[in-house]
Amino acid sequence: MADVIWTTLKLASLTTLLLLVLATPLAWWLARQKVWWKEIIAALAALPIVLPPTVLGFYLLLLLAPSSPMMELLRPFGIQSLAFTFPGLLIGSMVYSLPFAVQPIRNGFEAMGDRPMEVAATLRATPLNAFFTVAVPQARRGFLTAAVLVFAHTVGEFGVVLMIGGGIPGQTEVISVKLYQLVESLQFGEAHRLAAGLLVFSFVVLLTMFLTERRARKTAP
Amino acid sequence: MSGVTNQGGVQAEFDGLLGRFRLKVSLTIPPKGITALVGPSGAGKTSLLRAIAGLTRLPGRVLMDGAVWQEGRRFVPVHKRALGMVFQESSLLNHLSVKDNLLFGYRRSTEPKTMGLDEIVPLLGLEPLIGRSTDNLSGGERQRVALGRALLSQPRLLLMDEPLSSLDAESRAEILPFLEALHRTLSIPVLYVSHDAEEVARLADHVVTLNAGQIVGTLQRATPDPLSPLSADQIRDLARQALEAGIKPNPAAR
Amino acid sequence: MKPVGVLARLSGLIAVVCALNVAPAAAATVQIAVASNFMEPAKEIAAAFTAKTGHQTNLIFGPSGQIYVQITHGAQFEVFLSADKERPEQAEKDGFSVNGTRFTYAVGRLVLYSTRPGFVDANGKVLARADFAHLAIADPAIAPYGLAAVESLGKLGLYDRLKPKIVQGSSIAQTFQFVQTGAAEVGFVALSQVINRPDGSRWIVPATLHTPIDQQAVLLKTGANNPAAKAFMTFLKSQTARAIIRRYGYETP
Repeated sequence: MADVIWTTLKLASLTTLLLLVLATPLAWWLARQKVWWKEIIAALAALPIVLPPTVLGFYLLLLLAPSSPMMELLRPFGIQSLAFTFPGLLIGSMVYSLPFAVQPIRNGFEAMGDRPMEVAATLRATPLNAFFTVAVPQARRGFLTAAVLVFAHTVGEFGVVLMIGGGIPGQTEVISVKLYQLVESLQFGEAHRLAAGLLVFSFVVLLTMFLTERRARKTAP
Repeated sequence: MSGVTNQGGVQAEFDGLLGRFRLKVSLTIPPKGITALVGPSGAGKTSLLRAIAGLTRLPGRVLMDGAVWQEGRRFVPVHKRALGMVFQESSLLNHLSVKDNLLFGYRRSTEPKTMGLDEIVPLLGLEPLIGRSTDNLSGGERQRVALGRALLSQPRLLLMDEPLSSLDAESRAEILPFLEALHRTLSIPVLYVSHDAEEVARLADHVVTLNAGQIVGTLQRATPDPLSPLSADQIRDLARQALEAGIKPNPAAR
Repeated sequence: MKPVGVLARLSGLIAVVCALNVAPAAAATVQIAVASNFMEPAKEIAAAFTAKTGHQTNLIFGPSGQIYVQITHGAQFEVFLSADKERPEQAEKDGFSVNGTRFTYAVGRLVLYSTRPGFVDANGKVLARADFAHLAIADPAIAPYGLAAVESLGKLGLYDRLKPKIVQGSSIAQTFQFVQTGAAEVGFVALSQVINRPDGSRWIVPATLHTPIDQQAVLLKTGANNPAAKAFMTFLKSQTARAIIRRYGYETP
């Protein structure tokens, strides 16, 4: 049981951290660019929300299986298949939660408006420096929202894990699927205990994040 | 006040469209003194200011003190131009303290540091504000911080976009003496956009009137002399120009 | 319109509505909950049943465990076709079914299957060679095919050796998907899933290697007084139904 919890936490934390980093350039581009086809890209990035998780999981399975074009590229590195592995699950989770990172971060950047970056430019900051010292701090609410959403979304992830996980202990066995198994095999007592633990833990994490955000808003930097 | 004096001033020419609005100007800003840019709202004053700064890109030419900021296809990005800008809404960076706002440009500028906190803080009366956050500052205080911040970035040109127009009468009255003091000590050119005749009368050495994207009049002194305000004749000329251009001068002006 | 005319029209309308609502005494409807892996044969059996008796059927599909939980919480199913025999036994023990109605309607056969032709030999020696990265099985805690797979491996003395290669699908359908997409080179699936596919290679696991995969049906208390429900249970044992069941790759007891 502890294994399962640890795998779930590891997955949620890593997915959150990686997505915060990887979604940011895309969110920045969407917030700042003015090309007409930008919303097409935005819609593509939001697709994982619309697809049923099992459908998404199915296509991910095809992508991670040995016969997929992506695996062809990785074969020289000695990787045959990413299905049923923790890294594969990590990739799947990141795709699944991508919109929950891109959207809030984009909103954070858009809420800032153009002025802070203009001010930074008139104060000699290069665009890269301005991004890190002005844009990111100004949009920190967006980052926090993204972190909360991605973490919670990954902990609750079920359909995708079901499809590409394979239930390998210590690797791809997560709480949501374990709960499902317990209910399916009529072990209700254990299921109740696991669900309660999950709820309490998630509640504490979310509450902590919200309180941190509130404090960040009130404290003068 | 010690400082490097500029020889050349600013030459700026633009001819371009911003939406449906056409800006066509050829402007020289003398190397010393405050040049006021006046005109009715919608005349293009802010657009011209932003074009000189490089924040808005218009076809044209900008020479600063002999150095090219924009010419033909060459365009020096804003962060490489030694300019300081004060916006109408102060636009302080609210994730930083007052002190960090002030030092933002100072820390990044590669120009020789001729102006430091020690000079700017007393000049603008910022002592009580150092150590505070940007929350709860009055409008006048915010603009003084914005001004100090711009000056500390070691600019060779200061651009001010109606810095007092979003302040109430009391704040405006409070801050004008600081601007006058600054006027006496600054040795870099200042381009000051305003639609208020009193500000212009108290601060300007030179005046450029803009209407519908074109310059309709200029008023220049041979040598700027902040200690002797514009004469009554000059004020009258200014008022006439302004009326012809459609702005109403402040009846309380000298 | 004159009042008399209105009344006449209204009575006529009421008469028609009543006539439409009164079904002939024989044509009732039966609510049947069916384990997902039996979906296709169940649809065909239901159609044959309606054609023969005139009774209508309402089929609901899902994992057997989920169906059972719903039954214990008041779902109005009348007949339950499970993928195993544990759930129907539980239903009997917990008092949700009518005593004496539980029987085995189909027996599943376990098959070792790969999409690669020639990979699985006719004796299952490929398991001993173990030259594959992943072996897919259904979760033994949930699915009887999974349990059967584990038992077979145990009987062959290969379980410990192959355990690190095992990947579990949450259902036999999902297990099949692992094999079909090539994510797992080989897996233990149901005969009913591959019986109509000529491709790949397979080994039908001898039934002696595992507990029989008995799929049982039971009449639930909700349907105790529904003639259609009782008729369906009877039809399930008929030759017509058994022929359909066998055609889909199950055995009949």
